Amino acid sequence: MPTIWFCIVAVMVAAYVVLDGFDLGAGVLHLFVARTDEERRKIIRSIGPVWDGNEVWLLAAGGTLYFAFPQLYASGFSGFYLPLMMVLWLLMLRGIGIEFRTHLESDVWKRFFDVVFSVSSLLLTIFLGAALGNVIRGVPLGEDRYFFEPLWTNWRVGAHPGILDWYTVMCGVIAAVTLTTHGALYVATKTEGDLNTRCRKTAAVLWPVQLLLTIGSLIATVAIRPELLANYKTYVVGWLIPLLVVATLIGMFVFRSRGNDKAAFVSSALYITIMLVGAVFALYPTVLPASTNRDWSLTIQNAAAPHYGLTIGLVWWAIGMVFTLGYFTFIYRMFRGKVSLEAGSDHGY
Amino acid sequence: MDSALLVHRLHFAFTVTFHYLFPMLTMGLAPLIVALKTMALWKKDEAYARAARFWAKIFGINFVIGVVTGIPMEFQFGTNWSHFSRYAGGVIGQTLAMEGMFAFFLESSFLGLFLYGEKRLSPKAHWFSAFMVFFGSWLSGYFIICTDAFMQHPVGYATAADGSVALKSFWRLLLNPWAVWQYAHNMCGAAICGAFVMCAVGAFYLLSQKHVEQAKIFVKVGVVSGLVFSALIMGPTGDMQGRLVTDYQPATLAAMEALWETRDGAPLVIIGQPNEDEKKIDNPIYVPKMLSFLTYRRWNAEVRGLDAFPKEDWPQNIPLLYYSYHIMVGLGTIFLAIMVVCGFLWWRGTLWNARWMHWILLLAFPLPYIANTAGWMTAEIGRQPWLVYGLMRTVQGYSKTVSSGNAWFTLLGFMGMYTVLGILFIFLVRREIEHGPEEPPPPVKPIVVAKQEIRTEVR
Repeated sequence: MPTIWFCIVAVMVAAYVVLDGFDLGAGVLHLFVARTDEERRKIIRSIGPVWDGNEVWLLAAGGTLYFAFPQLYASGFSGFYLPLMMVLWLLMLRGIGIEFRTHLESDVWKRFFDVVFSVSSLLLTIFLGAALGNVIRGVPLGEDRYFFEPLWTNWRVGAHPGILDWYTVMCGVIAAVTLTTHGALYVATKTEGDLNTRCRKTAAVLWPVQLLLTIGSLIATVAIRPELLANYKTYVVGWLIPLLVVATLIGMFVFRSRGNDKAAFVSSALYITIMLVGAVFALYPTVLPASTNRDWSLTIQNAAAPHYGLTIGLVWWAIGMVFTLGYFTFIYRMFRGKVSLEAGSDHGY
Repeated sequence: MDSALLVHRLHFAFTVTFHYLFPMLTMGLAPLIVALKTMALWKKDEAYARAARFWAKIFGINFVIGVVTGIPMEFQFGTNWSHFSRYAGGVIGQTLAMEGMFAFFLESSFLGLFLYGEKRLSPKAHWFSAFMVFFGSWLSGYFIICTDAFMQHPVGYATAADGSVALKSFWRLLLNPWAVWQYAHNMCGAAICGAFVMCAVGAFYLLSQKHVEQAKIFVKVGVVSGLVFSALIMGPTGDMQGRLVTDYQPATLAAMEALWETRDGAPLVIIGQPNEDEKKIDNPIYVPKMLSFLTYRRWNAEVRGLDAFPKEDWPQNIPLLYYSYHIMVGLGTIFLAIMVVCGFLWWRGTLWNARWMHWILLLAFPLPYIANTAGWMTAEIGRQPWLVYGLMRTVQGYSKTVSSGNAWFTLLGFMGMYTVLGILFIFLVRREIEHGPEEPPPPVKPIVVAKQEIRTEVR
């Protein structure tokens, strides 16, 4: 039963990263790729009806994590206290940046919210990557299963690392590059003309960076945590994961060069999913490794909630998920196609 | 008190109090917007549709702040109250996760359709999206109240081997009688907030002689719902809530009433200042024997005072609890009085000329915010010194690894952030009110003809 919930939480986190990933990426582009007010409004319109729903995946994944693995929620959230609070502030700034920008026809007002929206999006991508880096690298859990991680210590990977060290910073940069590309490919599918061309160009420039960083991160991960290869040695099928990573990267390149924005975007979504699957596959059954003493790591067994609650949760989770998939299919179909500034409602964005 | 504990408590209290100012109006306005849209469909009257569109704008601004200040609440269970999360996660994780799965997805999906989809959807589909936003926000409220109800009156659990609580009965947790009554009481409070805000904007337009046709709609809808919900909040829901406190949290009841000594035929204090040193109430105005009657339905029933309980089980801040409770009840009475007078004037046909009443309605809008906040303070200060009533004390629940210095850092950060959000909110809502509802479209046909047409339709 804990294994099932481990997979469910992983799926929800992956759904969050893929979905909110493109609107975070669009946020990064908002300041740097879109140039005129019209283009910026197009970017906001392309994510406007969906960004809030995408972000709900974070809340739902958090709620599910709390429900299934209370010990992990308690240890992880209190240990990552400072960066999580900063993530909250950034999420707030970003939310008001998107929603309040168009309330006033004033250049000063708009410029302020453009910067708020874009910078908070960029910082969020970096924070999310660094968070994943922390989980892979391990945290200084004590024997009582709690820890408190300072923002940084000596920037090295050791028994008492900070939130930020060279490895997690690298993860942050990969996330920023990956999600910016992801966002660029998404905005390209939703727009035409100059903005579309510039989005494709951005994705083209970032592609080799993404490729190099992917290779670099795989080498670095194996170097700092060689035991992560254990599952790969036991289950040979796991080696499909790196092959698929390469395949999706090639897909992004080929489809973009041919001008097939949708296929390139799907490749990017698959790339993100498979990278996460690779990390999760390597971690299992650990959910939060201890950098201090391997025996103090949190695993699906010692962090899970009792059996009865998890069984009943499976019933309502499945029902809730059917509804959710229904809403998402409907919303995305409803707002499909390229965005224009004429169509749609009179107020908003 | 341990200084880290104090900061963690302030942290949650500050963020949740600020947060709830917004869902209060979200949940209060949502059913009123559905009512406006229903009227528009039913009476085929475009004026109601314009009213709904105007309120949708304010609803949208309010909703955004509610969402962004709501995310920290779920996070704080883990960040600031990790020992509590570890202890109770096996039970309250259920309701919190269900809120995400059932309510948040629904709300966020239909909100986009409701706010930006009016031109793409048919009128009925748009009505449905408004209804689903209402349904989602009220559903979300239930899951949260269920979580709080477990902390107030734990049911459906078993203690596991490691000392934490595990879920034993899913339906007992979801149908906790405390949750049912607290929900009913709380939703009436939210609906009153929506009604008073709608009335206040209507009264403002009436006083400034602008958008009079729309203003009358606002006041009518506000008075009808305000009358219904202020009656419900005083009557069945408030009374049942009080009796649950009597049965399950007797020490809280004694502290709410500042009843120091156990006595027969206890009086109900209307106003007065609790004096902790001398264990009495200064300058009291009271109704003799009323408290005994309200709690046990007998004039001479014995009500247990604080002396019946060990001091370590008393809520720590008795004066604040006493005032919160009395402010809530006092304002609840005032709401009913205002709405009854409005209803009377409306019935007599003088409501639209009674400028003094418009002034009262305009100035009354902050009161439901105060009453709802005071009500929640009564519930949560009254729960002290317990985090989960009778099972876990507040001092056991906070994150021991998060120092008071770190907690102060983020508390001050939230204070700064929320100041900005508050200013933005007031600024944007003021603009919408200044801008007002859309003007009716200029009549295409001569008015005389149009009137005749309406008459034939009525026949």
